[in-house]
Amino acid sequence: MALKGNLQDFTLAQLLNLINLAHKTGTLVVESPNESVWVFFRGGKLAYAQTGNEDGSLINILHRTNRLTTAQYRGIRARINGMNDKELGLLLINANYFTQQDILTSLQSYFIDTVRRLFTWINSPFHFENDLFPPDDKITVRVNLENIILESSRQVREMEQLNDEIPSLEMALKFADRPNTNIHNLTLSSEEWRVVNFINPKNTIRQIALATNLSDLDIRQIAYGLIQAGLVELTKPAGSPTPSLIGGRTSLPMTTTQKTERVSLINRIINRIRSL
Amino acid sequence: MQSVKMVVTGPFNAGKTEFIRSVSEIDVVSTERRISSQAEQVKDATTVAMDFGRISIDDNLVLYLFGTPGQKRFDFMWEILSEGMLGFVVMVDSTRPETFREARSILETFHNYAPTPYVVAANKQDQGDAWDLEDLRIALRLSAHVKILNCIATRKESVKNVLLELLYSILAEMDLIAL
Repeated sequence: MALKGNLQDFTLAQLLNLINLAHKTGTLVVESPNESVWVFFRGGKLAYAQTGNEDGSLINILHRTNRLTTAQYRGIRARINGMNDKELGLLLINANYFTQQDILTSLQSYFIDTVRRLFTWINSPFHFENDLFPPDDKITVRVNLENIILESSRQVREMEQLNDEIPSLEMALKFADRPNTNIHNLTLSSEEWRVVNFINPKNTIRQIALATNLSDLDIRQIAYGLIQAGLVELTKPAGSPTPSLIGGRTSLPMTTTQKTERVSLINRIINRIRSL
Repeated sequence: MQSVKMVVTGPFNAGKTEFIRSVSEIDVVSTERRISSQAEQVKDATTVAMDFGRISIDDNLVLYLFGTPGQKRFDFMWEILSEGMLGFVVMVDSTRPETFREARSILETFHNYAPTPYVVAANKQDQGDAWDLEDLRIALRLSAHVKILNCIATRKESVKNVLLELLYSILAEMDLIAL
């Protein structure tokens, strides 16, 4: 089914978080009046990116990322008639121009820059196509999205949006249940590390801000980034009132009779609704 | 006569009135008014106080369904409506991602007023541009234990299913607390 909307309503950070958590494979297409960008994902990781009006060939990317001088670029370009990216990559590795890692690093850098650029697009429609993939002759990479999300979230300065995302500083943070994510593999700023050290359902976000000497805006921004990257979740502080059973009032321990009566009441409603 | 209530909440135009209308045995007491705001002109009328439906359970028990007004400026009503509810349904229009953030905010607000069981009804799942349930779960940041249910508010069977799942959640939570 469709995954489409507008970046104005559902931010790119939220979108990347969704793709990451749902391990999506397919293509995110983002459109602006002047150009479109296609970002390909495999298993929730960035695999390839292409800007509509840019030459996304390997030779051009190596030139743009300063791996090739203009003279080298022109020389190679003149000799690779009809050669696709994979064939050219192999040729360059075999000729000892580059290692495989050099090529992958250049491609990663180019693809990440393409995604970063999208963070400046505010009012752009997007859609995700499950069955659209890069051409077979293109070289793909596997880039974790967490760092890209964290970095881009650092740029979110809109207090109104942050207030929506984190309505109360009296909430706490807890680490998300993500066994495959190692926080030590992420590039966190020193302030983010300080906050991470205090993450515990016992500490409210306000308490963490006080302990780390961060302003309301700064702590909201950091918490927002960590949430968007799927590393932490908002939770009620430990020790806050436990949920009530019925009626929204703090529950006292129920007697067996009360429980039997309530179960009976719910079962009567269930039976009636089934018969509607 | 004993009465209990459930609340149906969610953003503007999520389908709350239709939901209640599909199962209520009385004509829904709806307080709809013509839309005045430009931003909210996706439909002709909206609920400004609350919708009110009823299902008689037996001779001694009646279930009331209250639909909250979806517009933010009526959120002062929410706390009053949430008092004493068995549980609540959060309706989300699966085709309008611009409302997901508000849906999450409404969900958190209601859960703070009364931390009773709730389910999320992903409405308009019959439309081509509806988001998948699992994508919606991530977009709304729902924990794995929160039920997100396929819903078409105009279909009685679909609405019944949502209400039943909420009731099963209420039963399950009672078992959990009793342990």
